[in-house]
Amino acid sequence: MSDIIRRDPRAEWIARNRLHPLHAAMQPASASWMGPNGVLRKNVHGLGFIGPNGIKRIDRSGAQQGGTVKRAASEQVQLPLHQVPAPAFYICVVPDMAGGRLASHDRDVLGLARQLAGSDGAVLAVVFGECKETAFARAGVDRLLLLDSEGYAPEQRVHDLRAVDNQFAPRHWLLPDSRNGGAELGRRLAASLGQRPATRVWQIKDGTCLGRAGAGLQDLAQPLPRLILAAAECAEPVSETLHEALPVQLPTDAPRCLPRIEDLGAVAVDPAATPMAEAEFILSGGNGIKDWGLFHRAAAALGATEGASRVAVDDGFMGRERQVGASGTWVTARVYVAVGISGAIQHLQGIGGCDKVVAINLDPGCDMIKRADLSVIGDGAAILQALIAAVDNWRKSARRDAA
Amino acid sequence: MTIATVALVSIGAHPASGRARRAEQDARAVELGLQLAGDNLHVLHAGNPHEPALRAYLGMGLEELHVLEQAHGADALPVLRDYIREAGVQVVLAGSQAETGEGSGMLPYLLAEQLGWPLVVGVAQVESIHNGVALVLQGLPRGQRRRLKVRLPFMATVDNAAPKARQSAYGPATRGVVDAEVVEVIVDELSTVGVFQPARPRPKRLKVIRAKSAADRMKAATAKATGGSGQILKGLSSEEGAQAILKLLIEEGVVR
Repeated sequence: MSDIIRRDPRAEWIARNRLHPLHAAMQPASASWMGPNGVLRKNVHGLGFIGPNGIKRIDRSGAQQGGTVKRAASEQVQLPLHQVPAPAFYICVVPDMAGGRLASHDRDVLGLARQLAGSDGAVLAVVFGECKETAFARAGVDRLLLLDSEGYAPEQRVHDLRAVDNQFAPRHWLLPDSRNGGAELGRRLAASLGQRPATRVWQIKDGTCLGRAGAGLQDLAQPLPRLILAAAECAEPVSETLHEALPVQLPTDAPRCLPRIEDLGAVAVDPAATPMAEAEFILSGGNGIKDWGLFHRAAAALGATEGASRVAVDDGFMGRERQVGASGTWVTARVYVAVGISGAIQHLQGIGGCDKVVAINLDPGCDMIKRADLSVIGDGAAILQALIAAVDNWRKSARRDAA
Repeated sequence: MTIATVALVSIGAHPASGRARRAEQDARAVELGLQLAGDNLHVLHAGNPHEPALRAYLGMGLEELHVLEQAHGADALPVLRDYIREAGVQVVLAGSQAETGEGSGMLPYLLAEQLGWPLVVGVAQVESIHNGVALVLQGLPRGQRRRLKVRLPFMATVDNAAPKARQSAYGPATRGVVDAEVVEVIVDELSTVGVFQPARPRPKRLKVIRAKSAADRMKAATAKATGGSGQILKGLSSEEGAQAILKLLIEEGVVR
C-alpha cells in the first residue's frame, strides 16, 4: 500500500446510500452531542477529509459526506516469525563478521544453513568478539551464541568451537570460505576434529555438494560432509521469514588454551600503496575541492587511500588510476568519505559496494547526500581543516591515555 | 643464520590451458624460503619425480629437489609427516592451495596438527628469527598486515601477499638434480567418494524484487539513490561537523 492519503469514493458512496448495510458505520462521528453535565460538546476535528497531499480539506458546499475514514499506511512489512521451540538438531554457522557486521557472504551461508535446517532444526550462529549487528533475526538466526575473543587468536577460537561441538553436537558446521578468517578457522576446526571438509562449496542438492576443485577448472561432487566451507553466493539469503535469534550460552567457560601464536597487532601500511579496489577507507575528492594540498594532507592525517571523481581527474588534479566510478574503479571500501562530490549516477555505481558513506557538501539537495549515511552540509576546506585538527587531538589524547 | 627450512611444492595447472606448470603459490613459498635460508633451502615434493614441470622449481636457482615417489591419488600427508619429523626441520613453508586435484588447502593444517606445530596462515614476510622465536608479517585482506610472534618450529602457508616468485631459468632447470626416494603408498579415500567433473559455470544471481504491487516494482526498478535514511547535519560549525565524522570513523575502526 502506498503512503499517499486518498479519498475513498466507495466509502463516500456507502455513506450516501441509506439502504447499504454498512451505512451506519460509514457515518462521520457526530459533530455535536450533549455531555453528561448538560453541556453541548462539539468535535471540531471530525469535519472534512484529508486531501491527496495530506492537507485537511473542508467542503462546506454540503456535497461531501463520509469518506473521512483514513486508511492506515503500511510502513514495515511484517514477516512471519519462524520459531523452533525444541530443535531436533542444530546447524552451526560461524560468520566472519568483518567489521562487526554480517557481510553478504555471511548472509548467503546463513541462507544455506536455513535450507539445511528445514522446519525442525535450528540455525545456531557462533559470533566471536565484539559485534555491532542488530539484524540477526532477519538473517535467519534461530539461536545466537556470543563468545569473547580478542585480537587474532585462532587456536583459542578452535578450542571454543570444540566446546560448542561437544555441547550442541551440530549436524553440520558451516563456515564461509573467505579470506576474512572463515577459510582459516574452518580448516583449523576440520584438522582439529579430524573430519574432512568440503571446500569452496557452491551448490548443495539432494545430499550431495558441489565445490570448486583445484585451480577452478574442475568441480568436485561428493556426499554432504559434516563440515562445509561455502563459497560466496552458495544460496539465497533469508528474506521471507523472521527468526528468534535467542541468545544461548555454554554451560561452562571453555578453558583458556596456551597460545602458541602471539598477536603483536596491526602494522601501519602505506595507504597510497593499497590498490583502490580493495582499500578499506577512501577519502575521495571532487569538483568542490579547491585546495588539493589540504586534501592530500587530510588523507595522510586520516590514513585514508585517496580517490577522486571524474571531474577532478579530467581537470588533472588526480591520476586516472584514482578515479572512482563506472569508468574508473569499482571500490569496496568499508568507509567512503566524499568531499565536494555531488554524486553523478556513474560515481554512485562505483561506490555501490561501500558500507558507510560520509558526504561533505555545500549543496543539501545533491544525490550523494541521498546515498550517504552521514552528511555534513558545509564548506569542504573548513571541515577538512577541522578534521585534521580533530584527528591530531584524538591521537594525542589516546597516546596520553595509553601512557 | 641457518635454520633447516623446507618448502613443500606441488605441480600446478595453468588456469586457462590447464597445462602443467610450477604452482604459483608454491613458487612464492620457494621464493620466501630462498630469501630466508638461501642455499640451505630444502625443497620437497611428494609425487611423480619424472614430471617435467617440477624442473621449473630447479630453475629458480636450486641445486637439488627431493621427491618422495608416489603414485597418482596417493595420500601425501603421512609420508610428508614422517619425513619432516625425522629431518629435524624448524620451518616448513607451503602454498595455501593446490592447483590440481581437490585443492582444499587442508594439507598444511593437517600436517601442523599431526606434528603439533603452530601454523601461521598467509605469511607475507618473515622479519626475523632470533633465539627460537620468529616475527612474521601476516597478509590480511585489503592490503593490511599483522605482526605475529611464533615459536620455532612452525609451519607457514603463503598466498598472494608473499613476494612474487623469481623467474625460472632453463639452464639451471636442466642442470638441477631430482633426488627421488620410494615410499610406501597410502591410498586417499577421496578417490573412492568424490567425483571430479569439468567446472560448470555458476549461475548468475538475479536481483529479485519481491514487491506486491506494480507500483512498488516500478519504484524498485527505477530507484536512483538508495539509503535515504542517512543523518544530515546542517547549520553546524565545521568543528562540530568534523567531530561527528571523526566519531563515525572511530566507531568503524578505520582511524587508528
